[in-house]
Amino acid sequence: MRYLPLTPEDRASMLATIGAKSADDFYTDVPKAARLKAKIAGLPDHQGELAVERHMTKLAAKNRSASSGPFFVGAGAYKHHVPATVDMIIQRSEFLTTYTPYQPEIAQGTLQTLFEFQTQVAALTAMDVANASMYDGSTACAEAAVMAARVTKRKKVILSGGLHPHYAAATRLLCEAQGLTVVQLPVAIDGEGELAKSVDGETACVIGQSPNVFGTVTDLTSVAKSAHDKGALLVSVFTEAVSLGLVTPPGEMGADIAAGEGQSIGNGLNFGGPYVGLFACKEKLVRQMPGRLCGETVDADGKRGFVLTLSTREQHIRRDKATSNICTNSGLCALAFTSHMTLLGGKGLKQLAELNHEAACELADTLGALKGVEVLTPRFFNEFAIRTPVDAEAVLAMLDEAGVVGGVRASRLFPKDHLGDVILVAATECTTTEDIAAYAAALKEII
Amino acid sequence: MGMNTQGRPTAPASASGATFETVSGSRGLLQREDLLFEIGTPETTGVDLPKPKGTKNRLGGVKRKVDTGLAGLSEPQAVRHYMRLSQKNYAIDLGLFPLGSCTMKHNPRLNEKMARLPGFADIHPLQPQATVQGALELIDELATWLKTLTGMPSVAMSPKAGAHGELCGMLAIRQALIARGEGDTRKRVLVPESAHGTNPATAVQCGFIVDEIKADKRGRVDMEDLKSKLARTDDIAGIMLTNPNTCGLFETDIKNIADLIHTAGGYFYCDGANFNAIVGRVRPGDLGVDAMHINLHKTFSTPHGGGGPGSGPTVFSQALAPYAPVPFVTKDEDGLFRLVEHVDGEASESFGRMVAFHGQMGMFVRALTYMLSHGADGLKQVAEDAVLNANYVQARLKHVMTPAFDGFCMHEALFSDAFTADGIETIDIAKALIDEGYHPMTMYFPLVVHGAMLIEPTETESKAELDRFCDALESIARRAAQGDETLKGAPYLAPARRLDETRAARKPVLKWTAPLPEQIAAE
Repeated sequence: MRYLPLTPEDRASMLATIGAKSADDFYTDVPKAARLKAKIAGLPDHQGELAVERHMTKLAAKNRSASSGPFFVGAGAYKHHVPATVDMIIQRSEFLTTYTPYQPEIAQGTLQTLFEFQTQVAALTAMDVANASMYDGSTACAEAAVMAARVTKRKKVILSGGLHPHYAAATRLLCEAQGLTVVQLPVAIDGEGELAKSVDGETACVIGQSPNVFGTVTDLTSVAKSAHDKGALLVSVFTEAVSLGLVTPPGEMGADIAAGEGQSIGNGLNFGGPYVGLFACKEKLVRQMPGRLCGETVDADGKRGFVLTLSTREQHIRRDKATSNICTNSGLCALAFTSHMTLLGGKGLKQLAELNHEAACELADTLGALKGVEVLTPRFFNEFAIRTPVDAEAVLAMLDEAGVVGGVRASRLFPKDHLGDVILVAATECTTTEDIAAYAAALKEII
Repeated sequence: MGMNTQGRPTAPASASGATFETVSGSRGLLQREDLLFEIGTPETTGVDLPKPKGTKNRLGGVKRKVDTGLAGLSEPQAVRHYMRLSQKNYAIDLGLFPLGSCTMKHNPRLNEKMARLPGFADIHPLQPQATVQGALELIDELATWLKTLTGMPSVAMSPKAGAHGELCGMLAIRQALIARGEGDTRKRVLVPESAHGTNPATAVQCGFIVDEIKADKRGRVDMEDLKSKLARTDDIAGIMLTNPNTCGLFETDIKNIADLIHTAGGYFYCDGANFNAIVGRVRPGDLGVDAMHINLHKTFSTPHGGGGPGSGPTVFSQALAPYAPVPFVTKDEDGLFRLVEHVDGEASESFGRMVAFHGQMGMFVRALTYMLSHGADGLKQVAEDAVLNANYVQARLKHVMTPAFDGFCMHEALFSDAFTADGIETIDIAKALIDEGYHPMTMYFPLVVHGAMLIEPTETESKAELDRFCDALESIARRAAQGDETLKGAPYLAPARRLDETRAARKPVLKWTAPLPEQIAAE
């Protein structure tokens, strides 16, 4: 077996050194009835690279990749171009095959990239400090809610009607398990502002999203003000990190915590994971943050270096009093994010955001010009909702036959909200004028 | 001195081995690398993007006021930045990485290659299910492997890492108790004091109260203490137990523990972090387990990536299966795979959704590739070799170090610091290993052993590599026993000397800040 270096002679000599007869001796603590003699039945035996590769390639071939034709699916994950350099960097053995940097003397590479990542996330969100990543945007959102409850010592969390329903579900689950009350505002394409009215003296936080799941961008400044007036926090969520190159970021709106998805920068679609959660907050809240933090210090020679810090918040020190149970996070996805961000630079990010926005504007103009198609999202970055005269599921199936992956039907995300004729549509820098023309032509045939 | 025809010396001249500071800050192959913000500018970019057309925007005024100002680098600069930084990292591809409870085994490159097939890497979680049948089939196939290897009837694939899998298991227990009408009364979860910190943290995240149980002299659950904690049973939600445990030992009374918990009306959560020791040899389903997460990034070799991403599928017994989270993959009669995404119909008892989308697909591809490569026969050998390697390390070192417990270990060898001279600590031994070219073992964990050193070599180390490692550690251990003060300064040969963690925590600097103009002028 190619991954196992021990030879039968090695094993025999090692057993002799140990003073054991066979490997069975090591398993005598296992209850007799649970000791398996033979290999487990029902699974194949080992195979060479070629055979495994054949099997996996066959499975992969049954899927339609996003690059194989016009593709307009967003709603929390986005098809962007990732520079070849990024994948080379994350495949570098020293990054790929190392552990969480517990031994900083031999992990300065990882630690410095995390410090740079934190700096970039803080700047992108316009917040004071950022952590070294969460699993993804939805779990970052959930952690933000329970953090707000810890900070305010209050028990009510209010979710906007434009919050991605997966984020809302993950947040509701964690909050309710901890005895918090979750208020979900009615689903609304342009309803983030409603949060301002719903906040009261018992509210720990309000959670708004911009751009929201329908693509609507909203300035949450007045929501922040209402929340702060009542002693509550604003958690500002985003699922499209590229938008922050152009759209008002959480920090400029007075958010106390920013939580979002970083997949768009440096990370592929990967059918939903692994992704990278971005988490940032105001400086005064840093000791209530979940997750790892990398900080600057010096070594014994006085040279600058980096270490994991403020770990008294974390499970391995504080155990049942930790701010979160998170341990492993999204290290390598954070490296993909930071290296792509480095290649872009501030100016490049803004330009990328502009290209995304222009592609979406072109798409909205083209689709909106079709008779019977209505663009529902009033202000958007790179995705928006449309209404068609035909059921969305049928429309998407027919578009699929025409070779166009036309978006996400809203009813897949909101099965009970009577949105059967609504499709969420996204465009990015990968979207070409030909793609848009193909979409419009196919849709025109259908409706 | 040898000379070639141009007079160039071809043999080394004798010179004193002076240590000196270089002008560049680099030291031979180890290049100096400043923060990217110190070498780049916001105008610099390493990507060529088309020029925006400048069409009228539809942002409705919701526009960023202040640019990020983030520094960029050209592609060659960026490549060097990250290559230079990479050289300051230790990695499993460089050498033995015996971090106990972390299972740092070889990460096959085939796994990486397969995960990058466009049919896996470039598909969207919400594109129509008819266009991702191969992805759903892969999830189903991996689920079958996990259920078969664990002997459990059900598995939730969406948890993002080990601790997230713990959360999944404990939320299912919470839901089962709610369904029994005991959600408000059964709040107490028993957790051994040797447990990984995520266990008590997870229990509290789910609204439970942690009650610690002691370890006995053999490093296992103290059965007397457990029984005393079960004197009252009507508030018992369950137990969270790692097996093999964090001392690297199999819990001999595990069946008994499962029975006691079940009799008390609670559930048995098993932390599967150490599954590598028993995969193919023992099925947790035969031990009375109700829920267990599996770290694909440990047992099934998906790379650790410097701190993730992980993946923590969680298997369930019949008793907890109905409460497992959405989404899950099911196969319809027509042979099509289907994602069940909502708490409804066949998922009406599910505790809900814990994360966006369907789990760590990229990790699923890697793990299944690894499983197919090893097969049922190879995985059994994995466990046996992992345990053999750990016992070999224990046998080679037990004369110079102090094994924490008697007898054979499982996949990791645990030592206390009892053998060290006064003033020499576990951390000194760990840092001295760095100078010998090794990553240190896990130190000061588990908490039940003083100055713990937990060594997990894994099955992918050769005997020759283990011997070299044991030679090095044996020599350090002898120096520690003799009170060699030079250990306190280690490491001497690493890219950095010991770092000041106290200073980092006292006044945290968590991001780079541009120096003020007066600071620049003063320099």
